[in-house]
Amino acid sequence: MASLKDATAIAGIGQTPFARQLPESEKALACRAVLAALDDAGIAPAEVDAFASYTMEETDEVEVAKAIGAGDVTFFSKVGYGGGGSCATVAHLASAIATGQASVGVAWRSRKRGSGPRPWRNTTAQLPTPAQWTRPFGLLRPADEIAMLTRRYLHEYGATRDHLFNVALACRNRANQNPAAMMYERPLTRDMYMTSRWISEPLCLFDNCLETDGALACVLVSAERARDCRHRPVYVHSAAQGLPAQHHGMVNYWNDDPLSGPAWTAARQLWKQADFGPHDVDVAQIYDAFTPLIPLSLEGYGFCGRGEGGAFTEGGALEIGGRLPLNTAGGGLSEAYVHGFNLITEGVRQLRGTSTAQVPEASTCLVTAGEGVPTSAVLLRR
Amino acid sequence: MAEAKTEPLLTPVADDDGAPFWDYAARGELRVQACAQDACGELRFPPRPCCPHCGSFDTTWRRMSGKGRIWSYVIPHPPLLPAYAALSPYNAILVELTDAPRIRLVGNLVTKAGAPPNSVPPERLRIGARVQVVFAERGGLVLPQWVLERS
Repeated sequence: MASLKDATAIAGIGQTPFARQLPESEKALACRAVLAALDDAGIAPAEVDAFASYTMEETDEVEVAKAIGAGDVTFFSKVGYGGGGSCATVAHLASAIATGQASVGVAWRSRKRGSGPRPWRNTTAQLPTPAQWTRPFGLLRPADEIAMLTRRYLHEYGATRDHLFNVALACRNRANQNPAAMMYERPLTRDMYMTSRWISEPLCLFDNCLETDGALACVLVSAERARDCRHRPVYVHSAAQGLPAQHHGMVNYWNDDPLSGPAWTAARQLWKQADFGPHDVDVAQIYDAFTPLIPLSLEGYGFCGRGEGGAFTEGGALEIGGRLPLNTAGGGLSEAYVHGFNLITEGVRQLRGTSTAQVPEASTCLVTAGEGVPTSAVLLRR
Repeated sequence: MAEAKTEPLLTPVADDDGAPFWDYAARGELRVQACAQDACGELRFPPRPCCPHCGSFDTTWRRMSGKGRIWSYVIPHPPLLPAYAALSPYNAILVELTDAPRIRLVGNLVTKAGAPPNSVPPERLRIGARVQVVFAERGGLVLPQWVLERS
């Protein structure tokens, strides 16, 4: 059977500035990010023959392809479930290129979540089936849905708000090193965290990701071609999606074990295909729309045992020099929230050796997509 | 803004599979969908067209005692939809049904049937508290609510 292992590589990355409000349209931002990624790879737009993005992406392939001057496109794919689809865009392109359906793939996400509306405010276009069971009772936002799981997690395993703070702090510290991050010049203290306003108890303001305008893209090619591109290739070593049995998205309340989410499913597939395991990961970019997703993901991806995700964050474990440096550009909590695509590009920078918070000699990186929704993940190596 | 503040609390928008739940609620009955095959009979929630255990499309709605325990809860604060912001801080609880522990219903803990979702002080909520279903009308539909079980 054909394998994806190291068959393809990310050869280019690109992004726009990140801000609460950018003047340009999502379409224009998408084109800027895609063209920047192609320029980074040293590949002409006319060579692009594959696209992948999110179902929530507002600019479709037709618009991007004709704007950037793509050639004949023979593969295009969109992945659902919001931020759960981020790494799957790379996975779909890797599959297409490894099986000869295309040769130059572009994945992207452009979003004006900072200046645009909050999706949960739309009361007519809600998630169709679960909404009738949750929203009338005031469980309105993703923050409320995840807060419900979080309180149970804290109760069941003795994790604390200090563990969640450790996550917020690690991301903020890395953002303070990254001039592109929205929180570059905004340090965070424990006192600020503990006295901030509630969003949905037990989650406070700093447990929630940023609201950002911005776009990012990356370019995938075969491993062979990547070796002729401008930068050191970053290989897609393993890739997986995850939709567990009897899973219900962020309202995962109706099965045996609501705290065991899609990360566990994606992880089993990811590690099965890999030549190395969790303890060989030098740096991790873990989806952080909310701080509790980090302990849940640390458990799911096998960095610690069940219920140990909170304790794992102690002693600076997530900082540079710690056991598992996390979200080294600042993540969704402190760099930008663009449905997790900035975690992919930062994974690439770490393995190129060009991060603003470089982990010395980093040679392997886990990147994950949204936990608590059908998800995806990739293992990158240099 | 004055107009926005008059927006009511949301009412359930039932799909085909969920409609019987709300019909039974209107009669004051808490019922959960179950497989109607004798050899199976598994409960399932949310409702769906067929049984994930045996594949049967034969369904029934089994009456629950209406007793449960709080599995978790949240206290939402703004930004919220205007009608909910006006009630904040209120509670949203997840009730594990005594008759079906894998099924946890989202609801509100209230002082009595028809009381608002902020009628119980947040500090009175705790995981594991025993609760009992009651029913109250909202916008032409009847919704389950939960009160603390008196011992």
